Amino acid sequence: MRIANKIIKWHVYVFLYLPLVIMIFFSFNSAKSTSVFEGFSLKWYGELFSSSDTLEALRNTMILAIASAFIATVLGTLAALGIYMVRNKIYKQSMLSVTNIPLMNPDIVTGVSLMLLFVFVGRALGFSQYLNFWTLLIAHVTFNLPYVILNVLPKLNQTDKSLFEAAQDLGAPPPRAFFMVVLPQIVPGIISGAIMAFTLSLDDFVISYYTSSGFQTLPLKIYSMTKKVVKPDMYALSSLIFLVVLVLLLGSNIFQMRAENKTSRVLRKEQKARKKSKEIAV
Amino acid sequence: MKKLTKVFVNSPYVVWSALFVIVPLFIVIYYAFTDANGAFTFDNIVALKDYGHNFRISIGYSLIATIITLIIGYPVAYELSKAPPKTQKIQMMLVMLPMWMNLLIRTYTWMNILDNNGILNKILSLLGLGPVTFLGTPGAVIFGMVYNYLPYMILPIYTVMAKMDDSLLEAARDLGCNGFNVWRRLILPLSIPGVISGITMVFVPSVSTFYISQKLGGGKIMLIGDTIERQMQSNYNYHLGASLSLVLMVIILVSMFIMNRFSDGAGEGGMVA
Repeated sequence: MRIANKIIKWHVYVFLYLPLVIMIFFSFNSAKSTSVFEGFSLKWYGELFSSSDTLEALRNTMILAIASAFIATVLGTLAALGIYMVRNKIYKQSMLSVTNIPLMNPDIVTGVSLMLLFVFVGRALGFSQYLNFWTLLIAHVTFNLPYVILNVLPKLNQTDKSLFEAAQDLGAPPPRAFFMVVLPQIVPGIISGAIMAFTLSLDDFVISYYTSSGFQTLPLKIYSMTKKVVKPDMYALSSLIFLVVLVLLLGSNIFQMRAENKTSRVLRKEQKARKKSKEIAV
Repeated sequence: MKKLTKVFVNSPYVVWSALFVIVPLFIVIYYAFTDANGAFTFDNIVALKDYGHNFRISIGYSLIATIITLIIGYPVAYELSKAPPKTQKIQMMLVMLPMWMNLLIRTYTWMNILDNNGILNKILSLLGLGPVTFLGTPGAVIFGMVYNYLPYMILPIYTVMAKMDDSLLEAARDLGCNGFNVWRRLILPLSIPGVISGITMVFVPSVSTFYISQKLGGGKIMLIGDTIERQMQSNYNYHLGASLSLVLMVIILVSMFIMNRFSDGAGEGGMVA
Protein backbone atom coordinates (compact mmCIF):
# COMPACT_ATOMS: atom_id res chain seq x y z
CA MET A 1 0.00 0.00 0.00
CA ARG A 2 2.75 2.43 1.01
CA ILE A 3 4.66 1.56 -2.14
CA ALA A 4 1.63 2.24 -4.33
CA ASN A 5 1.17 5.61 -2.64
CA LYS A 6 4.81 6.44 -3.20
CA ILE A 7 4.55 5.58 -6.87
CA ILE A 8 1.50 7.85 -7.22
CA LYS A 9 3.31 10.63 -5.40
CA TRP A 10 6.35 10.58 -7.69
CA HIS A 11 4.12 10.45 -10.76
CA VAL A 12 2.32 13.52 -9.46
CA TYR A 13 5.62 15.37 -9.11
CA VAL A 14 6.53 14.51 -12.70
CA PHE A 15 3.05 15.51 -13.83
CA LEU A 16 3.23 18.85 -12.01
CA TYR A 17 6.66 19.75 -13.36
CA LEU A 18 6.49 18.35 -16.88
CA PRO A 19 5.06 21.48 -18.53
CA LEU A 20 7.43 23.72 -16.58
CA VAL A 21 10.43 21.72 -17.79
CA ILE A 22 9.19 21.80 -21.37
CA MET A 23 8.55 25.52 -21.10
CA ILE A 24 12.06 26.29 -19.82
CA PHE A 25 13.63 23.96 -22.41
CA PHE A 26 11.91 25.57 -25.39
CA SER A 27 12.56 29.10 -24.14
CA PHE A 28 16.16 28.45 -25.29
CA ASN A 29 15.09 27.34 -28.76
CA SER A 30 16.77 29.21 -31.59
CA ALA A 31 13.77 28.56 -33.86
CA LYS A 32 10.30 30.05 -33.62
CA SER A 33 8.76 26.67 -32.84
CA THR A 34 7.65 25.46 -29.43
CA SER A 35 7.74 21.79 -30.41
CA VAL A 36 10.88 21.29 -32.53
CA PHE A 37 14.17 22.14 -30.87
CA GLU A 38 16.70 23.43 -33.38
CA GLY A 39 19.50 24.76 -31.26
CA PHE A 40 20.40 26.67 -28.14
CA SER A 41 19.96 30.42 -28.18
CA LEU A 42 19.22 33.27 -25.80
CA LYS A 43 17.58 35.41 -28.45
CA TRP A 44 14.06 35.24 -26.93
CA TYR A 45 15.43 36.55 -23.67
CA GLY A 46 17.16 39.33 -25.51
CA GLU A 47 13.97 40.18 -27.34
CA LEU A 48 12.12 40.30 -24.05
CA PHE A 49 14.44 42.85 -22.53
CA SER A 50 14.42 45.03 -25.61
CA SER A 51 10.62 45.10 -25.73
CA SER A 52 9.38 48.22 -24.02
CA ASP A 53 5.89 46.66 -23.77
CA THR A 54 7.02 43.89 -21.48
CA LEU A 55 9.10 46.17 -19.32
CA GLU A 56 6.17 48.55 -18.96
CA ALA A 57 3.85 45.69 -18.01
CA LEU A 58 6.40 44.58 -15.43
CA ARG A 59 6.61 48.10 -14.02
CA ASN A 60 2.80 48.40 -13.93
CA THR A 61 2.48 45.08 -12.13
CA MET A 62 4.95 46.15 -9.46
CA ILE A 63 3.28 49.55 -8.95
CA LEU A 64 -0.12 47.93 -8.60
CA ALA A 65 1.07 45.12 -6.31
CA ILE A 66 2.99 47.46 -3.99
CA ALA A 67 0.18 50.05 -3.84
CA SER A 68 -2.63 47.55 -3.31
CA ALA A 69 -0.65 45.52 -0.76
CA PHE A 70 0.19 48.68 1.16
CA ILE A 71 -3.39 49.98 1.26
CA ALA A 72 -4.79 46.55 2.04
CA THR A 73 -2.28 46.05 4.86
CA VAL A 74 -3.12 49.37 6.54
CA LEU A 75 -6.88 49.01 6.05
CA GLY A 76 -6.84 45.31 6.90
CA THR A 77 -4.87 45.76 10.11
CA LEU A 78 -7.30 48.48 11.19
CA ALA A 79 -10.19 46.22 10.25
CA ALA A 80 -8.78 43.29 12.23
CA LEU A 81 -8.41 45.61 15.23
CA GLY A 82 -11.98 46.76 14.73
CA ILE A 83 -13.33 43.22 14.51
CA TYR A 84 -11.27 42.29 17.57
CA MET A 85 -12.61 45.20 19.62
CA VAL A 86 -16.26 44.81 18.73
CA ARG A 87 -18.16 43.20 21.60
CA ASN A 88 -21.58 42.88 19.98
CA LYS A 89 -21.63 39.27 18.77
CA ILE A 90 -24.02 39.78 15.85
CA TYR A 91 -22.06 42.78 14.59
CA LYS A 92 -18.79 40.86 14.90
CA GLN A 93 -20.16 37.79 13.13
CA SER A 94 -21.57 39.86 10.28
CA MET A 95 -18.24 41.65 9.84
CA LEU A 96 -16.50 38.29 9.62
CA SER A 97 -19.07 36.99 7.12
CA VAL A 98 -18.60 40.03 4.89
CA THR A 99 -14.83 39.42 5.07
CA ASN A 100 -15.43 35.91 3.77
CA ILE A 101 -17.49 36.95 0.73
CA PRO A 102 -14.55 37.72 -1.61
CA LEU A 103 -12.87 34.50 -0.46
CA MET A 104 -15.88 32.33 -1.25
CA ASN A 105 -17.00 34.00 -4.44
CA PRO A 106 -15.26 32.76 -7.57
CA ASP A 107 -12.88 35.37 -9.02
CA ILE A 108 -15.04 35.85 -12.08
CA VAL A 109 -18.04 36.88 -9.93
CA THR A 110 -15.92 39.31 -7.89
CA GLY A 111 -14.53 40.74 -11.13
CA VAL A 112 -17.89 41.04 -12.87
CA SER A 113 -19.64 42.54 -9.84
CA LEU A 114 -16.94 45.21 -9.43
CA MET A 115 -16.93 45.90 -13.15
CA LEU A 116 -20.71 46.43 -13.10
CA LEU A 117 -20.32 48.79 -10.14
CA PHE A 118 -17.73 50.85 -12.02
CA VAL A 119 -19.85 50.84 -15.19
CA PHE A 120 -22.92 51.88 -13.20
CA VAL A 121 -21.14 54.75 -11.43
CA GLY A 122 -19.29 55.77 -14.59
CA ARG A 123 -22.52 55.99 -16.56
CA ALA A 124 -24.28 57.88 -13.79
CA LEU A 125 -21.46 60.43 -13.75
CA GLY A 126 -21.36 60.60 -17.55
CA PHE A 127 -17.81 59.31 -18.06
CA SER A 128 -16.90 57.94 -21.47
CA GLN A 129 -14.37 55.48 -20.02
CA TYR A 130 -15.44 53.50 -16.95
CA LEU A 131 -12.29 51.58 -16.10
CA ASN A 132 -8.80 52.87 -15.30
CA PHE A 133 -5.88 52.39 -12.93
CA TRP A 134 -7.94 53.47 -9.92
CA THR A 135 -10.71 50.95 -10.51
CA LEU A 136 -8.05 48.25 -10.84
CA LEU A 137 -6.44 49.40 -7.58
CA ILE A 138 -9.80 49.35 -5.77
CA ALA A 139 -10.44 45.81 -7.04
CA HIS A 140 -7.04 44.56 -5.90
CA VAL A 141 -7.36 46.13 -2.45
CA THR A 142 -10.81 44.56 -2.15
CA PHE A 143 -9.66 41.02 -2.84
CA ASN A 144 -6.48 41.45 -0.76
CA LEU A 145 -8.23 42.74 2.36
CA PRO A 146 -9.59 39.39 3.63
CA TYR A 147 -6.12 37.81 3.47
CA VAL A 148 -4.59 40.58 5.58
CA ILE A 149 -7.45 40.44 8.10
CA LEU A 150 -7.29 36.65 8.42
CA ASN A 151 -3.52 36.85 9.01
CA VAL A 152 -3.70 39.62 11.62
CA LEU A 153 -6.81 38.56 13.56
CA PRO A 154 -5.38 35.29 15.00
CA LYS A 155 -2.30 37.19 16.20
CA LEU A 156 -4.56 39.73 17.91
CA ASN A 157 -6.51 36.95 19.58
CA GLN A 158 -3.23 35.56 20.91
CA THR A 159 -2.14 38.84 22.50
CA ASP A 160 -2.52 39.28 26.22
CA LYS A 161 -5.08 41.99 26.93
CA SER A 162 -3.67 42.66 30.38
CA LEU A 163 -0.38 43.83 28.86
CA PHE A 164 -2.22 46.59 27.00
CA GLU A 165 -4.07 47.51 30.19
CA ALA A 166 -0.86 47.43 32.21
CA ALA A 167 0.76 49.86 29.80
CA GLN A 168 -2.19 52.21 30.23
CA ASP A 169 -2.07 51.85 34.01
CA LEU A 170 1.57 52.85 33.86
CA GLY A 171 0.49 56.07 32.20
CA ALA A 172 0.72 55.42 28.47
CA PRO A 173 -2.15 56.97 26.51
CA PRO A 174 -4.07 54.26 24.53
CA PRO A 175 -2.53 55.04 21.10
CA ARG A 176 0.98 54.94 22.57
CA ALA A 177 0.17 51.76 24.49
CA PHE A 178 -1.08 50.25 21.24
CA PHE A 179 1.99 51.16 19.20
CA MET A 180 4.47 50.09 21.88
CA VAL A 181 2.77 47.00 23.29
CA VAL A 182 0.20 45.52 20.92
CA LEU A 183 1.70 46.33 17.52
CA PRO A 184 5.04 44.51 18.06
CA GLN A 185 3.11 41.37 18.95
CA ILE A 186 1.03 41.36 15.77
CA VAL A 187 3.80 42.40 13.36
CA PRO A 188 4.44 38.82 12.11
CA GLY A 189 0.77 38.55 11.10
CA ILE A 190 0.87 41.93 9.39
CA ILE A 191 4.01 41.00 7.45
CA SER A 192 2.69 37.63 6.28
CA GLY A 193 -0.60 39.31 5.32
CA ALA A 194 1.27 41.96 3.34
CA ILE A 195 3.39 39.36 1.52
CA MET A 196 0.31 37.35 0.67
CA ALA A 197 -1.49 40.44 -0.62
CA PHE A 198 1.53 41.38 -2.71
CA THR A 199 1.91 37.97 -4.35
CA LEU A 200 -1.83 37.57 -4.97
CA SER A 201 -1.90 40.94 -6.64
CA LEU A 202 1.12 40.06 -8.81
CA ASP A 203 -0.52 36.84 -9.92
CA ASP A 204 -4.10 38.00 -10.46
CA PHE A 205 -5.53 37.78 -13.93
CA VAL A 206 -9.30 37.20 -13.73
CA ILE A 207 -10.29 40.17 -11.55
CA SER A 208 -7.86 42.51 -13.35
CA TYR A 209 -9.29 41.37 -16.68
CA TYR A 210 -12.72 42.75 -15.74
CA THR A 211 -11.71 45.87 -13.85
CA SER A 212 -8.93 47.36 -15.95
CA SER A 213 -8.55 48.95 -19.30
CA GLY A 214 -5.46 50.66 -20.61
CA PHE A 215 -3.34 49.80 -17.58
CA GLN A 216 -1.68 46.54 -18.63
CA THR A 217 -0.18 44.26 -16.00
CA LEU A 218 2.00 41.22 -16.68
CA PRO A 219 -0.83 38.63 -16.44
CA LEU A 220 -2.98 40.77 -18.77
CA LYS A 221 -0.04 41.05 -21.15
CA ILE A 222 0.45 37.27 -21.06
CA TYR A 223 -3.25 36.86 -21.81
CA SER A 224 -3.02 39.03 -24.89
CA MET A 225 0.18 37.25 -25.94
CA THR A 226 -1.54 33.86 -25.74
CA LYS A 227 -4.30 35.07 -28.03
CA LYS A 228 -1.87 35.23 -30.93
CA VAL A 229 0.37 32.62 -32.55
CA VAL A 230 2.82 30.95 -30.25
CA LYS A 231 6.37 32.24 -29.99
CA PRO A 232 9.01 31.18 -27.45
CA ASP A 233 9.21 34.74 -26.09
CA MET A 234 6.26 33.93 -23.83
CA TYR A 235 8.19 30.90 -22.59
CA ALA A 236 11.21 33.08 -21.88
CA LEU A 237 9.07 35.50 -19.89
CA SER A 238 7.44 32.64 -17.98
CA SER A 239 10.78 31.00 -17.24
CA LEU A 240 12.08 34.24 -15.79
CA ILE A 241 8.98 34.59 -13.61
CA PHE A 242 9.47 30.99 -12.47
CA LEU A 243 13.08 31.71 -11.55
CA VAL A 244 12.09 34.76 -9.51
CA VAL A 245 9.35 32.83 -7.71
CA LEU A 246 11.77 29.98 -6.98
CA VAL A 247 14.38 32.33 -5.51
CA LEU A 248 11.76 34.18 -3.42
CA LEU A 249 10.26 30.97 -2.09
CA LEU A 250 13.63 29.38 -1.28
CA GLY A 251 14.79 32.63 0.31
CA SER A 252 11.75 32.98 2.55
CA ASN A 253 11.95 29.31 3.53
CA ILE A 254 15.61 29.53 4.45
CA PHE A 255 14.90 32.73 6.35
CA GLN A 256 12.06 31.03 8.21
CA MET A 257 14.15 27.94 9.03
CA ARG A 258 16.98 30.11 10.33
CA ALA A 259 14.55 32.08 12.49
CA GLU A 260 13.10 28.82 13.82
CA ASN A 261 16.54 27.44 14.56
CA LYS A 262 17.43 30.64 16.33
CA THR A 263 14.33 30.61 18.52
CA SER A 264 14.77 26.94 19.30
CA ARG A 265 18.40 27.60 20.20
CA VAL A 266 17.33 30.44 22.49
CA LEU A 267 14.65 28.23 24.01
CA ARG A 268 17.15 25.46 24.62
CA LYS A 269 19.54 27.89 26.26
CA GLU A 270 16.75 29.18 28.46
CA GLN A 271 15.78 25.67 29.45
CA LYS A 272 19.39 24.90 30.29
CA ALA A 273 19.66 28.06 32.36
CA ARG A 274 16.45 27.22 34.18
CA LYS A 275 17.66 23.72 34.91
CA LYS A 276 20.91 25.09 36.24
CA SER A 277 19.18 27.61 38.49
CA LYS A 278 16.97 24.81 39.78
CA GLU A 279 20.02 22.69 40.50
CA ILE A 280 21.59 25.58 42.33
CA ALA A 281 18.40 26.12 44.30
CA VAL A 282 18.34 22.47 45.24
CA MET B 1 -13.33 58.56 23.92
CA LYS B 2 -13.16 54.78 23.77
CA LYS B 3 -16.26 54.69 21.61
CA LEU B 4 -14.73 57.28 19.32
CA THR B 5 -11.58 55.21 18.70
CA LYS B 6 -13.75 52.18 18.05
CA VAL B 7 -15.70 54.06 15.40
CA PHE B 8 -12.50 55.45 13.94
CA VAL B 9 -10.89 52.01 13.74
CA ASN B 10 -13.96 50.27 12.42
CA SER B 11 -15.44 52.68 9.92
CA PRO B 12 -12.86 52.59 7.08
CA TYR B 13 -13.31 48.86 6.61
CA VAL B 14 -17.09 48.94 7.10
CA VAL B 15 -17.38 51.68 4.47
CA TRP B 16 -14.96 49.91 2.10
CA SER B 17 -16.66 46.54 2.27
CA ALA B 18 -20.11 48.10 2.00
CA LEU B 19 -19.07 50.01 -1.14
CA PHE B 20 -16.97 47.35 -2.85
CA VAL B 21 -18.30 44.03 -1.57
CA ILE B 22 -21.99 44.43 -0.70
CA VAL B 23 -23.09 47.09 -3.18
CA PRO B 24 -21.54 45.28 -6.21
CA LEU B 25 -23.57 42.17 -5.39
CA PHE B 26 -26.78 44.24 -5.42
CA ILE B 27 -25.69 45.87 -8.67
CA VAL B 28 -25.36 42.39 -10.20
CA ILE B 29 -28.96 41.74 -9.16
CA TYR B 30 -30.00 45.14 -10.49
CA TYR B 31 -28.41 44.49 -13.89
CA ALA B 32 -29.84 40.99 -14.06
CA PHE B 33 -33.40 42.32 -13.70
CA THR B 34 -33.24 45.42 -15.91
CA ASP B 35 -32.88 46.12 -19.63
CA ALA B 36 -30.65 48.65 -21.37
CA ASN B 37 -33.06 51.47 -20.49
CA GLY B 38 -33.11 50.56 -16.84
CA ALA B 39 -36.67 49.20 -16.93
CA PHE B 40 -37.55 46.12 -14.90
CA THR B 41 -37.59 42.91 -16.93
CA PHE B 42 -37.38 39.14 -16.64
CA ASP B 43 -35.86 38.82 -20.13
CA ASN B 44 -32.33 38.17 -18.89
CA ILE B 45 -33.55 35.40 -16.63
CA VAL B 46 -35.71 33.87 -19.38
CA ALA B 47 -32.73 34.02 -21.75
CA LEU B 48 -30.85 31.69 -19.41
CA LYS B 49 -32.74 28.72 -20.81
CA ASP B 50 -30.45 28.85 -23.87
CA TYR B 51 -27.49 28.27 -21.60
CA GLY B 52 -28.68 25.06 -19.96
CA HIS B 53 -26.09 23.08 -21.88
CA ASN B 54 -23.24 25.34 -20.70
CA PHE B 55 -24.34 25.05 -17.08
CA ARG B 56 -24.65 21.28 -17.33
CA ILE B 57 -21.21 20.71 -18.83
CA SER B 58 -19.59 23.19 -16.41
CA ILE B 59 -20.96 21.38 -13.41
CA GLY B 60 -20.33 17.96 -14.95
CA TYR B 61 -16.72 18.59 -15.98
CA SER B 62 -15.86 20.25 -12.65
CA LEU B 63 -17.39 17.37 -10.72
CA ILE B 64 -15.34 14.85 -12.72
CA ALA B 65 -12.19 16.97 -12.25
CA THR B 66 -12.91 17.22 -8.51
CA ILE B 67 -13.33 13.45 -8.19
CA ILE B 68 -10.11 12.78 -10.12
CA THR B 69 -8.11 15.26 -8.01
CA LEU B 70 -9.53 13.63 -4.88
CA ILE B 71 -8.55 10.13 -6.06
CA ILE B 72 -5.02 11.26 -6.94
CA GLY B 73 -4.59 13.83 -4.19
CA TYR B 74 -5.73 11.77 -1.21
CA PRO B 75 -2.97 9.12 -1.32
CA VAL B 76 -0.38 11.78 -2.16
CA ALA B 77 -1.42 13.86 0.86
CA TYR B 78 -1.28 10.76 3.05
CA GLU B 79 2.13 9.80 1.72
CA LEU B 80 3.41 13.35 2.23
CA SER B 81 2.25 13.42 5.84
CA LYS B 82 4.16 10.19 6.46
CA ALA B 83 7.36 11.35 4.74
CA PRO B 84 10.42 11.83 6.97
CA PRO B 85 10.14 15.22 8.73
CA LYS B 86 13.39 16.42 7.21
CA THR B 87 12.20 16.17 3.60
CA GLN B 88 8.52 16.87 4.35
CA LYS B 89 8.92 20.62 4.09
CA ILE B 90 10.80 20.39 0.81
CA GLN B 91 8.28 17.95 -0.64
CA MET B 92 5.45 20.28 0.37
CA MET B 93 7.25 23.09 -1.43
CA LEU B 94 7.53 20.88 -4.49
CA VAL B 95 3.73 20.53 -4.53
CA MET B 96 3.15 24.24 -3.99
CA LEU B 97 5.73 25.67 -6.35
CA PRO B 98 3.75 25.13 -9.59
CA MET B 99 0.84 26.97 -7.97
CA TRP B 100 2.99 30.08 -7.89
CA MET B 101 3.24 30.03 -11.66
CA ASN B 102 0.47 31.98 -13.28
CA LEU B 103 -2.47 29.80 -14.33
CA LEU B 104 -2.33 31.33 -17.79
CA ILE B 105 1.23 30.14 -18.30
CA ARG B 106 0.57 26.62 -17.06
CA THR B 107 -2.53 26.20 -19.18
CA TYR B 108 -0.94 27.75 -22.23
CA THR B 109 2.05 25.43 -22.01
CA TRP B 110 -0.27 22.42 -21.89
CA MET B 111 -2.06 23.77 -24.94
CA ASN B 112 1.23 23.78 -26.83
CA ILE B 113 2.12 20.30 -25.62
CA LEU B 114 -1.28 18.84 -26.54
CA ASP B 115 -1.56 20.66 -29.87
CA ASN B 116 -1.86 18.66 -33.09
CA ASN B 117 1.67 19.81 -33.97
CA GLY B 118 2.75 19.78 -30.36
CA ILE B 119 5.53 17.83 -28.75
CA LEU B 120 3.29 15.02 -27.48
CA ASN B 121 1.89 14.34 -30.93
CA LYS B 122 5.41 14.47 -32.40
CA ILE B 123 6.44 11.73 -29.98
CA LEU B 124 3.28 9.73 -30.65
CA SER B 125 3.87 9.90 -34.43
CA LEU B 126 7.44 8.69 -33.95
CA LEU B 127 6.03 5.70 -32.10
CA GLY B 128 3.59 5.16 -34.93
CA LEU B 129 0.56 5.99 -32.80
CA GLY B 130 -0.39 8.75 -35.18
CA PRO B 131 -1.52 12.22 -34.29
CA VAL B 132 -4.30 12.28 -31.73
CA THR B 133 -6.56 15.30 -31.40
CA PHE B 134 -6.55 16.30 -27.75
CA LEU B 135 -7.54 19.95 -27.90
CA GLY B 136 -11.23 20.65 -28.15
CA THR B 137 -12.25 17.50 -26.31
CA PRO B 138 -13.93 17.45 -22.89
CA GLY B 139 -11.03 15.30 -21.71
CA ALA B 140 -8.53 18.09 -22.40
CA VAL B 141 -10.59 20.62 -20.42
CA ILE B 142 -11.00 18.24 -17.48
CA PHE B 143 -7.29 17.46 -17.70
CA GLY B 144 -6.50 21.17 -17.47
CA MET B 145 -8.69 21.53 -14.38
CA VAL B 146 -7.03 18.53 -12.73
CA TYR B 147 -3.54 19.82 -13.49
CA ASN B 148 -4.16 23.37 -12.31
CA TYR B 149 -6.10 22.61 -9.14
CA LEU B 150 -4.55 19.34 -7.90
CA PRO B 151 -2.36 21.16 -5.33
CA TYR B 152 -5.53 22.75 -3.88
CA MET B 153 -6.76 19.23 -3.08
CA ILE B 154 -3.47 17.93 -1.70
CA LEU B 155 -2.80 20.91 0.58
CA PRO B 156 -5.83 20.86 2.94
CA ILE B 157 -5.87 17.05 3.17
CA TYR B 158 -2.16 17.05 3.98
CA THR B 159 -2.75 19.66 6.70
CA VAL B 160 -5.32 17.56 8.58
CA MET B 161 -3.29 14.38 8.12
CA ALA B 162 -0.10 15.98 9.41
CA LYS B 163 -1.98 16.98 12.57
CA MET B 164 -3.24 13.45 13.14
CA ASP B 165 -1.90 11.87 16.32
CA ASP B 166 0.19 8.81 15.42
CA SER B 167 -0.43 7.25 18.81
CA LEU B 168 -4.13 7.01 17.90
CA LEU B 169 -3.23 4.87 14.90
CA GLU B 170 -0.90 2.74 17.01
CA ALA B 171 -3.61 2.30 19.63
CA ALA B 172 -6.06 1.18 16.97
CA ARG B 173 -3.55 -1.37 15.68
CA ASP B 174 -2.77 -2.59 19.18
CA LEU B 175 -6.46 -3.11 19.74
CA GLY B 176 -6.55 -5.42 16.74
CA CYS B 177 -7.69 -3.16 13.94
CA ASN B 178 -6.28 -4.20 10.57
CA GLY B 179 -4.90 -1.82 7.94
CA PHE B 180 -8.11 -1.18 6.05
CA ASN B 181 -10.18 -0.74 9.17
CA VAL B 182 -7.68 1.73 10.61
CA TRP B 183 -8.18 3.76 7.48
CA ARG B 184 -11.96 3.42 7.38
CA ARG B 185 -12.63 3.99 11.06
CA LEU B 186 -9.90 6.44 11.97
CA ILE B 187 -8.01 8.11 9.16
CA LEU B 188 -10.98 8.68 6.88
CA PRO B 189 -13.30 10.32 9.43
CA LEU B 190 -10.45 12.46 10.78
CA SER B 191 -9.47 13.60 7.30
CA ILE B 192 -13.00 14.57 6.20
CA PRO B 193 -12.62 18.28 7.04
CA GLY B 194 -9.56 18.45 4.78
CA VAL B 195 -11.36 16.54 2.03
CA ILE B 196 -14.32 18.93 2.25
CA SER B 197 -12.20 22.05 1.93
CA GLY B 198 -10.19 20.38 -0.85
CA ILE B 199 -13.39 19.66 -2.76
CA THR B 200 -14.58 23.27 -2.47
CA MET B 201 -11.16 24.63 -3.36
CA VAL B 202 -11.10 22.56 -6.56
CA PHE B 203 -14.77 22.76 -7.52
CA VAL B 204 -15.25 26.53 -7.18
CA PRO B 205 -12.44 27.64 -9.51
CA SER B 206 -13.17 24.76 -11.92
CA VAL B 207 -16.84 25.57 -12.32
CA SER B 208 -16.11 29.26 -12.91
CA THR B 209 -13.04 28.99 -15.15
CA PHE B 210 -12.95 30.43 -18.63
CA TYR B 211 -9.28 30.41 -19.55
CA ILE B 212 -8.79 26.64 -19.29
CA SER B 213 -11.79 25.92 -21.52
CA GLN B 214 -10.80 28.71 -23.91
CA LYS B 215 -7.31 27.31 -24.47
CA LEU B 216 -7.77 23.55 -24.07
CA GLY B 217 -11.36 23.46 -25.35
CA GLY B 218 -10.20 24.86 -28.67
CA GLY B 219 -13.11 27.32 -28.76
CA LYS B 220 -15.62 24.50 -29.02
CA ILE B 221 -16.35 24.00 -25.35
CA MET B 222 -18.16 26.88 -23.66
CA LEU B 223 -18.39 26.71 -19.88
CA ILE B 224 -20.38 29.19 -17.76
CA GLY B 225 -17.23 31.27 -17.35
CA ASP B 226 -16.85 31.51 -21.13
CA THR B 227 -20.45 32.63 -21.60
CA ILE B 228 -20.03 35.32 -18.94
CA GLU B 229 -16.73 36.41 -20.46
CA ARG B 230 -18.32 36.68 -23.90
CA GLN B 231 -21.22 38.80 -22.66
CA MET B 232 -19.01 41.11 -20.61
CA GLN B 233 -16.01 41.50 -22.93
CA SER B 234 -17.22 41.11 -26.50
CA ASN B 235 -21.03 41.36 -26.68
CA TYR B 236 -21.19 44.07 -24.01
CA ASN B 237 -24.51 42.70 -22.85
CA TYR B 238 -23.94 43.45 -19.18
CA HIS B 239 -27.50 42.51 -18.26
CA LEU B 240 -27.20 38.96 -19.55
CA GLY B 241 -23.68 38.74 -18.10
CA ALA B 242 -25.09 39.75 -14.73
CA SER B 243 -27.86 37.16 -14.79
CA LEU B 244 -25.36 34.43 -15.76
CA SER B 245 -23.09 35.52 -12.89
CA LEU B 246 -26.05 35.48 -10.55
CA VAL B 247 -26.78 31.86 -11.40
CA LEU B 248 -23.11 30.96 -10.99
CA MET B 249 -23.20 32.55 -7.54
CA VAL B 250 -26.28 30.55 -6.63
CA ILE B 251 -24.60 27.32 -7.79
CA ILE B 252 -21.58 28.07 -5.59
CA LEU B 253 -23.76 28.93 -2.60
CA VAL B 254 -25.82 25.76 -2.97
CA SER B 255 -22.74 23.56 -3.31
CA MET B 256 -21.14 25.22 -0.27
CA PHE B 257 -24.34 24.67 1.69
CA ILE B 258 -24.38 20.97 0.71
CA MET B 259 -20.69 20.59 1.61
CA ASN B 260 -21.23 22.24 5.00
CA ARG B 261 -24.16 19.99 5.81
CA PHE B 262 -22.11 17.02 4.73
CA SER B 263 -19.09 17.98 6.84
CA ASP B 264 -21.25 18.57 9.95
CA GLY B 265 -22.83 15.16 9.60
CA ALA B 266 -19.50 13.48 8.93
CA GLY B 267 -17.91 15.22 11.91
CA GLU B 268 -20.57 13.88 14.24
CA GLY B 269 -20.39 10.44 12.69
CA GLY B 270 -16.64 10.44 13.20
CA MET B 271 -17.09 11.30 16.85
CA VAL B 272 -19.52 8.45 17.37
CA ALA B 273 -17.31 5.93 15.59
